[in-house]
Amino acid sequence: MATKTQVEAVINGEPIEFLCEPRQSLLEVLRDTLGLTGSKEGCNNGNCGACSVLIDGALVNACLVLAVEIQGRQVTTIEGIATPDGLHPLQQKFLEHAALQCGFCTPGFIVAAKALLDRNPDPSEAEVRQWLAGNLCRCTGYDHIVKAILAAADRPTGAEAHP
Amino acid sequence: MASVWIPALLRSLTGGQATVSATGTSVLALIDDLDTRYPGLRARLVDGDRLRPGLAVVVDGKTGRLRLREPVAEASEVHFVATISGG
Amino acid sequence: MTQTEKTSRPGFRVIGSSPLRQDGVEKVTGRARFGADIHLPGLLIGAVLRSPHAHARILAIDTSAAAAYPGVKAVVTALDLPELESKIADIGEASINQRYQSNNILARDKVLYFGHAVAAVAAVNGHVAEAAAALIKVDYEVLPPVLDVRAAMAPDAPILLEELRTAELGDHGTGPTNVAAHLLLETGDIARGFEAAAVVVERAFTTAMVHQGYIEPHAATAQVEADGQVTIWCSTQGTFGVREQVASILRLPLSRIRVVPLEIGGGFGGKNNVYLEPLAVLLSRKSGFRPVKLTMSRKDVLAATGPTSGSVITVKLGADAAGKLTAAQATLIYEAGAYPGSPVGSAMDVIFTPYRIPHVRIDGYDVVVNKPHTAAYRAPGGTNAAFAAESVVDELSERLGLDPIAFRLLNGVHEGNRKVDGVAFERIGLLETLEAAQSTAHYRAAAPGRHRGRGVAAGFWGNYGGKSSASASVNADGTISLIEGSVDIGGSRTSIAMQLAETLELPIETVRTTIADTDSIGETEGTYGSRTTFATGWAAYEVGQKLKVGLKERAAHLWGVTAADVDYADGVFRSGAEHMTFAGLAAQMDGTGGPVVASASVQPSSWGPGFAVHIVDVEVDPETGKVDILRYTALQDAGKAVYPDYVAGQMQGGAAQGIGWALHEEFIYDGQGRLLNANWLDYRMPVSLDLPFIETVIVEVPSPSHPYGVRGVGEVPIVPPAAAVANAIYRAIGVRLTELPMSPGRIVAALRAQDR
Ligand code: FES
Ligand code: FES
Repeated sequence: MATKTQVEAVINGEPIEFLCEPRQSLLEVLRDTLGLTGSKEGCNNGNCGACSVLIDGALVNACLVLAVEIQGRQVTTIEGIATPDGLHPLQQKFLEHAALQCGFCTPGFIVAAKALLDRNPDPSEAEVRQWLAGNLCRCTGYDHIVKAILAAADRPTGAEAHP
Repeated sequence: MASVWIPALLRSLTGGQATVSATGTSVLALIDDLDTRYPGLRARLVDGDRLRPGLAVVVDGKTGRLRLREPVAEASEVHFVATISGG
Repeated sequence: MTQTEKTSRPGFRVIGSSPLRQDGVEKVTGRARFGADIHLPGLLIGAVLRSPHAHARILAIDTSAAAAYPGVKAVVTALDLPELESKIADIGEASINQRYQSNNILARDKVLYFGHAVAAVAAVNGHVAEAAAALIKVDYEVLPPVLDVRAAMAPDAPILLEELRTAELGDHGTGPTNVAAHLLLETGDIARGFEAAAVVVERAFTTAMVHQGYIEPHAATAQVEADGQVTIWCSTQGTFGVREQVASILRLPLSRIRVVPLEIGGGFGGKNNVYLEPLAVLLSRKSGFRPVKLTMSRKDVLAATGPTSGSVITVKLGADAAGKLTAAQATLIYEAGAYPGSPVGSAMDVIFTPYRIPHVRIDGYDVVVNKPHTAAYRAPGGTNAAFAAESVVDELSERLGLDPIAFRLLNGVHEGNRKVDGVAFERIGLLETLEAAQSTAHYRAAAPGRHRGRGVAAGFWGNYGGKSSASASVNADGTISLIEGSVDIGGSRTSIAMQLAETLELPIETVRTTIADTDSIGETEGTYGSRTTFATGWAAYEVGQKLKVGLKERAAHLWGVTAADVDYADGVFRSGAEHMTFAGLAAQMDGTGGPVVASASVQPSSWGPGFAVHIVDVEVDPETGKVDILRYTALQDAGKAVYPDYVAGQMQGGAAQGIGWALHEEFIYDGQGRLLNANWLDYRMPVSLDLPFIETVIVEVPSPSHPYGVRGVGEVPIVPPAAAVANAIYRAIGVRLTELPMSPGRIVAALRAQDR
C-alpha cells in the first residue's frame, strides 16, 4: 500500500488533519475519509460539477484536485454553506423555487452559485447561465435553478421579455 | 353476449374478424367459448393457467385485476392489450 | 412562468398549493444520503471487470491472480450465479426472461456488448479492487458485432442468442434470428383509407440510441448475514422491484431480502433494473459476510446501463381535402440491445394515438443488437415515435394549407374515441390542451424571423396505475406520521402527503412522510410510469378515509352517540351540539381505545392518460448548423396538479431531455462496437446555456379515474420535443430533418443537399 501523507487544512471553518495517499482526489477524501458526502460524484472527471467546492473562495471540481493539494488552504463544501442560524439564502431560494427534483446536483449548484454571488452579487440571467455551464442537471431543465439564483441575488425573476 | 376484440395477430384464427361475440361470465370462459369456434385462440392468449406474460385484459375500459378470472357482463367489451408500465 | 388553466373543480385546500418539500432541507444542505453515501463498519468496495468486446464467446476466465492480490476478499464470475432456465416471468409489469436477466448481471457463455460485466471483485478499498479486477484474465473468441437493426435483420446476420425465435403473440418462428418479436396493431383497412386520401405523405426516420443521463451513477451496498438474511441499500426507482429481481436471479425467498431505499439521483426509467445489487450480495456472501459497496463510474453507466433504443421508423399518413385523416401506417424497428425487450410496444401505443384515424396499421419489431440491454426511459419509445409521426403530421398540415394546431384540433381524439387497440378513452384533455396552446402569447407572437422557425408537436402517453401501499398513524398532538413505499425522485413525499392532508382537511404541515423499506410497508411498485403521485397518492387518500372512520368512532365513544352520527368537516368532528377539533380528538385517543392507525393498498384498474403540446422557436445558423432554442412553451393536461411547481418541473425537465435528444445526444460506436463517447464531454447533454426559460401551461381536465382527478405527469413531456424542434427547424430553413440527433453536421449536410 502506498505511503500516506499528512495534510492540514481548514474545512468549513474547522482546522482538520488527515492522512491520504498521494493519488487520492479531494473528493474521495472528503467523502470517504472525512464523511462529508454532500459533495457528489457524478463523473469523476470534471464534466458535471456535482463535486463543486470552494478552495480559498475559488470554485473547483473536487474530483480534479488531489487531496494533498489542499495543504494549508481553506475549503468550503456544501456542508459549510448554511450558518448555525439557518439556511443560506441560496438554499432557501432553491426550496422556494422548487429548484431541485432528485436533488443530486443541488449541492454542486448551490456551491457554484455561491461562488458566483460572492463575486457578482447582481448577475443577469445570461451571466448565471454562463457561470453554471459546468454544472449538469438532468431533472429540471435549469429553469427553476436559474430563477432561484436570481431571486437569491434579489433580481426580479420571471421577467422573460419576449418581443 | 360479450364482444371480444381480437388482437390483430390472432385474426387469422377468426377468419379476419376483428370483433367476435362470446358467451361466459369470466374472461377465461369467453376464451374457452371462442376456442371451440376458433381453435388455437386459447393457446395464444393463455400460458398454462395464466394470461400470457406481457398481456393485460381490459373489460369495459378497466384493466382486469383478476386477469382471466375477471368477471364479464352480458354486454361487456373485452380487449387484450400489451402491458405498458413506462419509465 | 407557470400558469394553470382553471378548468377543474374548485375547493381544494391543500392540493394545488406550494408547500416546501419535506426532504428539501436535507437536500440543500448535503445531508441527504444517496446511493453511494452509505458507510458501514468493515465495508469492502467492489469493482467490476467489463468486456472490451461487443460480441465474443468466453472461452475461459482465470481469476487466480486477482484472488491472490493483497487486500482482495472475494472474486465472483457467472459460475457463482445459479444457472437459470429460460423462462419468461412477469417482474412487476415487465416480462423478462430470467436467464437473460442473470446473464446481463454477469456474462456466462458470451459477452454481448462493450461493457458487459464479466467478473467482480471485493477488496479493502476501491483502488485495490480495481487493480485486482484488471488482473483477471479472460480468454475471448471475438465474434463479428451486429450494431444496426437493419443489419441484424439481414438473413445472413451473425446471431446473438442461439435459442431466440421471433415471438408473435403466443406463437414463434422456427429459425434462429435477431428479431425477438413482431407486434401488430390494426384497425380498419388501410388500403381503403389511403384511397380516400387527397394528400399522402410518407417518410422514413432514424434515431440514435440515447441514455437517460441521470447524474447519480448506480450504487448498491449489500450485507449478507451468516444465516443468509440479506439487506441491500441502494438508489433505485423501486425497492420491491429490486427485491423481486434479486430473489429471481439468486434464487432466494423474498422474505430473505430487505431492500432499504436511499435517496436517488435521477432514474428516468434507468434505475428499475438491477445491475450491481446481485453482485454486492454475492461478494458479501463470499467475503465472509462483510458489507460490500459497488458504485459505477460514469463510463460504466453510459456503456453498460440504461440506454433507450435507436430506431428506424417509417410513417405514411393520408388526409382528405378537408384535412381529415383517413389512414395511417407505420413500421417501427427498435433496438432491444443485447437481450429482447425494446419499448417498441409502447411506441406503437403512442405513435398515432392523438388522432382519430379510421384505418391504421402499425407493425413493430424488437431486434437484438450488440449494444447494452435497453431499459425504460421516460415514456419509453414515445419520443422516437412522435418524432416520426408528428413530423409527418406537420408536413401534411402544411400541404393542406392548415395551421398545425388547427389541423390537430380537427383530428384530435376526445372521450369515447377508440385507440388502435380498440379501447375507448374516458375523459381526456387533448383538445383543451391544443386550445390552450393556440391562445398562448408564444403561439400568437409574430413569426420569429429569418433563419428562425416555430414548431409545434403533440404527444400522448398512456400512464400507468400499479400497486401502491401507505399507512399512517395519528399522533396525540394531532399530527400524522405517513409511511409509504414510493421512492421520491422529485417531490412525491410531499405530493402524497398533500393528498392525505386534503382528505383529512388539515394543513399539509400536520403530515410527515417516511419512505419505508420492503419489510415495513405493503408492496409498492417503483416510481415509474408516472404513477407515484397518482397511485401512492390514492393509497394515502384511502388511508385518510379510514382514519376518519377510526376517529369518528372515538368521538362517538366520548359523546355517547354512534359513529354514524358524527360528521367531520374543516378539521372538526361534530355531533349535535358536540364538537371537537382533529387535534382535540387526537389528544383523547389514549382513553378511548389507544392508537388510531390505518393502512391501505390500491391497484387502480384505470388511469387517465396524459397529452402534451409543445411550441418551440429556434434559430438555425446555416453556416455552422447550430440550432439555438429561442423560446419554449410546454402545455400539458395534468388532470389535477397536486403540487404545481413540481408538475411544471416535470414538464421543463422532460422538455430539456427531449431537446438534448433532438439536437445532440447519441451513442457513437466504432465498427467493432466500442462506445466512443462514454463521458459527458462527448455525450453532450443540455447545459444551462443551451436553454431558455421553459414556459409551462398546466391544463386541468380531471381524470375520472382518480379521487382527486389526478393524471400522471412525468413522462408525456418528453414525447413531443424532438418533433417540435424538427418542425421548427423545417420552418426556419425549409429542410425536413429525418434523423436524430439533428446535430450541426447533419443540418449543414441537409442544407447542402437542398442546394443541389
Ligand atoms: S464528479 Fe467532479 S465534475 Fe463530475
Ligand atoms: S435535480 Fe436531479 S440532477 Fe438536478
